[in-house]
Amino acid sequence: MATEASAVGLDRNQRTDEKAVSASVAGRKLPGRSKWRKMLARPPVISALSVAAVLLIWFAATSWFQLAPAGRFPTPQEFWSSLRQSLFAGYAGGTLVGHVWNSLRLVVIGFACAFLTGVPLGLLMGSSRTAEAVINPIFSLMRPIPPLAWIPLAILWLGLGSAAKVMVIWLAAFVPSVINSYTGVRGIDKSLIAAARMLGTPRGRMIGEVIVPGALPLIFTGLRLSLQAAWTTLVAAEMVGALTGVGFVLNVAQQDIYPSMILVGMLTVGVLGWSTTWALAVVERRMLARWPQGRS
Amino acid sequence: MALTTGRSLLLATLSLLLFCTIWFLLPATGLVSEQFLPNPVAVLERIVTLIGDPFAGATLPTHLSYSFGRFFGGFLLAALIGVPLGLMMGWFPTLDALATPLLDGLRFIAPIAWVPFAALWFGTGVGGPIMIIFAGAFPPCVINAYQGARHVDVRLIEAARMLGTSNIRMITQVIMPAAIPSIIAGLRISAGLGWQSLIGAELIVASTGVGFMMVQAQANVATSTVVAGMVAIGVVGLLIDILLRRFERAVTRNR
Repeated sequence: MATEASAVGLDRNQRTDEKAVSASVAGRKLPGRSKWRKMLARPPVISALSVAAVLLIWFAATSWFQLAPAGRFPTPQEFWSSLRQSLFAGYAGGTLVGHVWNSLRLVVIGFACAFLTGVPLGLLMGSSRTAEAVINPIFSLMRPIPPLAWIPLAILWLGLGSAAKVMVIWLAAFVPSVINSYTGVRGIDKSLIAAARMLGTPRGRMIGEVIVPGALPLIFTGLRLSLQAAWTTLVAAEMVGALTGVGFVLNVAQQDIYPSMILVGMLTVGVLGWSTTWALAVVERRMLARWPQGRS
Repeated sequence: MALTTGRSLLLATLSLLLFCTIWFLLPATGLVSEQFLPNPVAVLERIVTLIGDPFAGATLPTHLSYSFGRFFGGFLLAALIGVPLGLMMGWFPTLDALATPLLDGLRFIAPIAWVPFAALWFGTGVGGPIMIIFAGAFPPCVINAYQGARHVDVRLIEAARMLGTSNIRMITQVIMPAAIPSIIAGLRISAGLGWQSLIGAELIVASTGVGFMMVQAQANVATSTVVAGMVAIGVVGLLIDILLRRFERAVTRNR
């Protein structure tokens, strides 16, 4: 019994820090009478059961008992055939891979523009009072306008092609990059900067070895938010006006009243958002391992 | 210190003046056409006109009231469901394990991607947009309430448990009060995301609201009306945030 209990405890601790916190805060013993109940009460098992239950309810409600009104909720079979159709035959003027490629390209370009302009601007605002005084008022003036509200103006300026989308993605991803880089610099220990300055560190080394590493964790927080904003904005921009892309698939599926294709589009958006976030997290881990001084 | 603050103020004023001057001069000198970028005065005039004259079926205040009504409905729904769910997830490990994978999956789907289903299930009038606002505003409500509940002082919980507090009283009288700052911070994020999701929804499907007005203006190449809509959206978004910040201060002061 004792070994089993410790195995459960170990498993819980091995998950994330958060889980460890939960185990200690809640500090509740699992109601373990039988082996089975104990097995089933383990968080990973519950999570798997929960996902399975949702899938089961979906099957039951749409396909087996037809509780959901037909034509409004896709059945799993319809979803599967729509997925095959979009992958092989193509839908809305291209295959799913083509649409994904177009959307991904726009997000990467817009995100890269935001990264290359936003992070340096945030670092500059954080390290120079003058720059802050000049830029902050204009920045505060534009910030309350949500990026999605720029879409009509971007279409008027640049048309329905890629340029308008890159512009709104850039606008959306720019703001979190700037704010978090700025906050990151402001959060660096003042004595660290004073010490570096006293030792006569030249400006280039000051930026490369004190400011950027110190602000790195928050820069990445900002980039993660930027990435999320970039996807939201791209989907919206493609739904308002586009000729290709995942948002366009959603739009056409909506007009065709084709629920299973809507689901294909939504899941594609989710998978893309998840995988790009994951890629960013990998980069973040590598970078923070290289400059660990920023972690404190 | 006073000198630097004075200098900052001066620089800020100068930079805003420069910004407005450039905005004014670009179309005025004919460098870009008025059709492309209307000058600030024209936008202000347009806003004043829109308050009296209808565009796309209603005046600007009427459009704004439609938008705000939808926003309020969706935001309230997200807060009323999301905050209790987050708090309970923070207290019951089983519920946490049940809900986390589902919420994690949903989090990566952009709220705007719900537009087709929202339109199909609830129509494009009130229900559909409310669902999209809900999709945008719900995750921060849950996440912040959850994290607030997780970071409650362990001694408080232990003391309460030693006195034999029930689960319900634990959540409402120990965890929730301690998590209030985190919850309100989440509500502010929610309000911002919800307001932005609403605008997106109105741009795509709706026949009233500021977003709809802007799409109509875009189709008619009425650039000044588009910019007027942007200003109105920005001002209302700012007012919502100011109200919530007031609320935050009022709540944290009474603690």
